[in-house]
Amino acid sequence: MIIAERKPLDEIKSFVKGLRRVLVVGCRGCVTVCNAGGTKEVELLASLLRLDASKDDLPLTVDEFTLERQCDPEYVDELSDLMDKRYDAVLSMACSIGPQFLSRRYPEERVFPALNTCFLGGALAHGIWAEHCQACGNCVIHLFGGLCPISRCSKSLLNGPCGGSAGGKCEVSKEIDCVWHLIVEKITREGRMEEFSRMDLVKDWRSSRDGGPRKIVRQELLK
Amino acid sequence: MTAVTAEKTETATIETKGWEPKIIAFCCQYCAYSAADMAGSMRLQYPTDVEIVLIPCTGRFDVILALRAFEKGADGVYVAGCLEGNCHFLDGNIRAKKRVNFLKGELAGVGFEPERVEMFNLSASQGPRFAEIANGFTEKIRELGPRPGKKI
Amino acid sequence: MNKALKTKSNLEKVLASGNFAVTGELGPPRSANREEVVEKAKHLVGNVDSVNVTDNQTAVVRMSSLAASLIAQQNGLEANMQMVCRDRNRIAMQSDILGASALGINNLLILSGDHQTFGDHPEAKNVYDLDSINLIRALKVMRDEGKLLSGQEMPEDGRPKLFIGAAYNPFADPEDYRVIRAAKKVDAGVDFMQSQCIYDMERFRKFMKRAVEMGLTERTHFLAGVTPLKSLGMARYMKNNVPGITMPDSYIERLKGVAKEKQEEEGIKMACEQIQEFREMKGISGVHLMLVEWEHMVPTMVKEAKLVPRPAL
Repeated sequence: MIIAERKPLDEIKSFVKGLRRVLVVGCRGCVTVCNAGGTKEVELLASLLRLDASKDDLPLTVDEFTLERQCDPEYVDELSDLMDKRYDAVLSMACSIGPQFLSRRYPEERVFPALNTCFLGGALAHGIWAEHCQACGNCVIHLFGGLCPISRCSKSLLNGPCGGSAGGKCEVSKEIDCVWHLIVEKITREGRMEEFSRMDLVKDWRSSRDGGPRKIVRQELLK
Repeated sequence: MTAVTAEKTETATIETKGWEPKIIAFCCQYCAYSAADMAGSMRLQYPTDVEIVLIPCTGRFDVILALRAFEKGADGVYVAGCLEGNCHFLDGNIRAKKRVNFLKGELAGVGFEPERVEMFNLSASQGPRFAEIANGFTEKIRELGPRPGKKI
Repeated sequence: MNKALKTKSNLEKVLASGNFAVTGELGPPRSANREEVVEKAKHLVGNVDSVNVTDNQTAVVRMSSLAASLIAQQNGLEANMQMVCRDRNRIAMQSDILGASALGINNLLILSGDHQTFGDHPEAKNVYDLDSINLIRALKVMRDEGKLLSGQEMPEDGRPKLFIGAAYNPFADPEDYRVIRAAKKVDAGVDFMQSQCIYDMERFRKFMKRAVEMGLTERTHFLAGVTPLKSLGMARYMKNNVPGITMPDSYIERLKGVAKEKQEEEGIKMACEQIQEFREMKGISGVHLMLVEWEHMVPTMVKEAKLVPRPAL
């Protein structure tokens, strides 16, 4: 899923400074699962903004609404009645796709991102998320023991580990597992080192962002 | 569950004249709530403006509960659970402590004193300790004054 | 090893003739001051066969390795230009390779490069389009087959005649895999390899034994990396803070037994003992002296280690 986290409160406060009517919009997709932008987080942010305004005796109204998803037009449409009320600002608590879809659908509104979209990953435990994919568009993890060197090696090496790998950790930080250490262990366990060490792969980055913004069109699904 | 303190009211400052700290205490039924009962039956005094909310375990405490309390006019919020290691649900009180710490940061972010929220641990048999916590926390909030922006 | 020389490199000549090679290291300045390069070069001329010119080492912005390599060559040295994969994509790297060769650079040493978080611009975006092994293979094809990575052909007289270098590090983890990774570089077409600073001789001997058994030293020249310890403090710092370097306690103990003002001398002595062992070690073709920001000590060092005079070929 997409892992995101709330922007620093000060930054969000700066978005709504001097405004009177604000709508906070959550998303029940990835950001609910990673506890960054679901109903609960919407309630929390809205409450904090109200308390902040009340402290300075400012007349701020903060409404709350959480959509099923912000990345599908049919769900974004559900805001249309609310939007008729016109807000001074809409704070989207989805990944950055959400605020983009909201401002496309409601071009009159000023939409702000309340989250920082961080990476594609999974939960190692409740409260810990780690990056596992870089959406390079051409998955090769089967060649690396099911581990992704593109997203999980600090240098995206296809022939690691580099000389900075020590004790299973990355030279960049002891908090980062050296994925190449894990790959080597896995390949060794599988007894595939001979074949593995002969691999000669040069990455074609065209399928990644380097080929320009990507789009998928599937004719069989089009109306 | 009420008790009376009259002698403290004169310490209120001029600009908050007539103000009494409004405190919400989220109390675990297995310990703090029973301790409050005991404090009552022992006729120990603690402030009338401490309103107790019974929760099945402090693990039920959620940050939004405290924020709503502040929005509705509370000046301070505390969570009282079992002694660490004695939670009826194993680690509800440890989780509550983490949430309280998180909440302190969020409050600071909107200009509130983090001391307006605290976590306490006590056992069911500690009636006097319950009264002491209620009195001490109320005093602390009295020193801080009304919560920022509160209309008196 | 193929006796026909692939390039005009002096280092290649020294190695091909069976002489024990000596390479040095020169860090370009953090400015446009060519005099600093000239000054450092003075200490190295006549004392090394070729000098590595680092490419923004530790991800700190310095004069480009190509420019500093040229200045070094204008001042009597042969440059071994370093190139890291951190800062350039395959377009820039191939372009710089062609340019370097055209300007008379004969050696190119390819590295992954330290991650930019260590440097003076941790805010930077990194590239890592190709990794070091990808680039070694690409350069070999450019030189020997006259083709760019794209398959675009170059005329016979337009091929970059570069002697290809790489690094090997027996001290990083996982230990057993290090020699396999070195083998991948050999397979990719590297002509010579220099190691990270060696202190843990036990681990190094073990590594070289395997490299010899695998036949790697028959296909590529292995140079042993030497950095004399300046002080007990430096030894301790390297032990605790430098990833990819192992520092045995025996080194620390030995320096501890020496008065502070004598530690530098002792460090040089220890390095000379190492060099003596490398001369006799099977599979080792030379030493790579890394006296970074201590270049003025190189003349003393090579004299004490009896590495001079250098052969004139």
